[in-house]
Amino acid sequence: MSMQTSMEKNIWGLVVVVALVLSVGGIVEIVPLFYLKNTMEHNAYPEVVWQRAEGQTLDDWQPGDGVRPYKALELAGRDAYQREGCYLCHSQMVRPFRNEKERYGHYSLASESMYDHPFQWGSKRTGPDVARVGGKYSDDWHRKHLRAPRSVVPESVMPNYPWLKDSPLDGATIQAHMRGMQMIGVPYTDADIEMAAAEVEGKTEEDAMVAYLQVLGTMAKLDESKAYRE
Amino acid sequence: MDAAAEQKYDYGVVRWFTVMAAVYLVVGASVGVYIASELAWPILNFDIPYITFGRLRPLHTNAVIFAFGGCVLMATAFYTVQRTCGVRLWSNKMAWFTFWGWNLIIVSAVLTLPLGITSAKEYAELEWPIDIAIAVVWLSYTINFIMTIAIRKSSHIYVSNWFFLGMMVMITYLHVVNSLAIPVGMFKSYSIFSGVQDAMIQWWWGHNAVGFYLTAGFLGIMYYFVPKQAGRPVYSYRLSVIHFWALMFGYVWLGAHHLQYTALPDWAGSLGAAVSIAMIIPSWGGAVNGMMTLSGAWDKLRTDYVLRFLIMSLAFYAMSTFEGPVMSIKTVNALSHYTDWTIGHVHSGALGWVAMVGVGAMYHLMTRTFHVELWSTKLVNAHFWTATIGTVIYIVAMWVSGIMQGLMWRAYDEYGTLAYTFAESVEAMHPYYAMRAIGGGIFLFGAVLMLVNILMTVVKASSQGSVRQARTAVATA
Repeated sequence: MSMQTSMEKNIWGLVVVVALVLSVGGIVEIVPLFYLKNTMEHNAYPEVVWQRAEGQTLDDWQPGDGVRPYKALELAGRDAYQREGCYLCHSQMVRPFRNEKERYGHYSLASESMYDHPFQWGSKRTGPDVARVGGKYSDDWHRKHLRAPRSVVPESVMPNYPWLKDSPLDGATIQAHMRGMQMIGVPYTDADIEMAAAEVEGKTEEDAMVAYLQVLGTMAKLDESKAYRE
Repeated sequence: MDAAAEQKYDYGVVRWFTVMAAVYLVVGASVGVYIASELAWPILNFDIPYITFGRLRPLHTNAVIFAFGGCVLMATAFYTVQRTCGVRLWSNKMAWFTFWGWNLIIVSAVLTLPLGITSAKEYAELEWPIDIAIAVVWLSYTINFIMTIAIRKSSHIYVSNWFFLGMMVMITYLHVVNSLAIPVGMFKSYSIFSGVQDAMIQWWWGHNAVGFYLTAGFLGIMYYFVPKQAGRPVYSYRLSVIHFWALMFGYVWLGAHHLQYTALPDWAGSLGAAVSIAMIIPSWGGAVNGMMTLSGAWDKLRTDYVLRFLIMSLAFYAMSTFEGPVMSIKTVNALSHYTDWTIGHVHSGALGWVAMVGVGAMYHLMTRTFHVELWSTKLVNAHFWTATIGTVIYIVAMWVSGIMQGLMWRAYDEYGTLAYTFAESVEAMHPYYAMRAIGGGIFLFGAVLMLVNILMTVVKASSQGSVRQARTAVATA
């Protein structure tokens, strides 16, 4: 107890020891995630991520080509998704269980959210998981559902989002957002950012939200026979 | 009236942090009851963007954790550190800076969150300019606290102060790392981390906001106010030493258990779960230490309503620190994750433990720092029962709905296909969502009783001039 006694009498010693003790858990659990190769599946399965050829634009990408940065319209949709707090009720992380596979599809990979700043895995399913909602419903269904969820799903408790269709997008804003993403490592080319303003021209937040929802889970084509995770 | 204490210590900032905590508890719980009602009756969203569930939920969590919890922690830490060190605050001016700064941050949260200005990280939604302000104000609180200990007259640093200190250091780490973001506008930023790393950092923050802000900090409160109110010394010094160091070392690891079966590598989730289970021991050690402090004075529970809050809080602390590790076990987590069970668990901790121990300390502080008896002791008793009953109704509703959700999602019919659509599981939740709103409403009613009681006590003190008298009276002790 002598160590304890000396710390009880010396505030600076206590501060230093507490600060050291508190740092251990975080360092052990977080730091390896940045360098352990098996954290990201595309290190073993490079086809999960889109291999963009020189001169290709984001429009050259086809569904299943692999994970890519969001197009301007999709990113604007993602911004609205975050602003409205959708992540508080909808997860984007399918777990490797039979029932989740049948309900939602293939389990989610870490590489699939590698361009998600911040991540949108969520922690609660007041509504269903949306990690693979892309392509499951028509654009029309999504518009109806966003404006009045109970018109298509009577049991739903989701709020109506009628204002999205009345909110126009701003090209300069989305370009600033893409430049920010570029600075923290999302591989947007300068050409992508330049084209962004035209892409969102005349579009609404509802268009953007639908574009975002429709791309979720469709980027990488996952193969049942491959074990992406141990 | 304790004129000696009033003249020896800086009580002003403690008084107003205590009163503001009562205000914010009512605000935070009101928003909570409203959003709970929105889930039961979605018509309440009224197609108004600013009051939809998705925008008000962050306001609810920020109001109860950072506004109510923060004001309680600042009131109690500033009070405890002076009383146990036998000196004034190192800087009374800096403490007032903390008071105004913190309240300004709360006001900015109330303005920005309903507008949809959010960084979209749970429990850390406030945007980058506010994050910077939080860091500055938090450091002013921490530095003032440490410096007051540095100039203390007592020889040993009392156990409460260890816990407060641990909380302050850890929250500094967490807030700084988790909030690292690239601003892309005055009110918009993106986390510099992405995907799996961002998830781990977020839950390292998320669980330790619970583990340090709402646990270590409030244990600091427990270790001072339970012995004071009971008039007995802490049951075991050794136990408190073990409790402290095990908590400091262990809690930090738990965040990973929020990400079981996700794309987070298995080793991290398992490590988080293993340490989580081990944490039952120090947590229960601490709960026992608090409760046994009453040995030989149990009869006080019959007459002392403030003590009832403190002891009931320890019962909820023991319960939720058992429930948490159970939920971190992978097989249980497979069922409980994504369901209302998590919400129930959080509220057994937040309403049962954090709010009750905080409320007990607040009532104690009201009499000590305003130098009057509470306006109504009967109202304290009524508050105790409404808080307890409301909490129990809330968590029972969430246990049932959470386990039911988990079971419905994985149920198969005789043909081997999923038995329920997701929408059917949503429909089945309705009665429990209504029940939760009622439980929360009862808890809120109790919080309103406390606010009335506290405001009337302030009125009583000011009409008697008790604070002024204490300042000018010739000290007798």
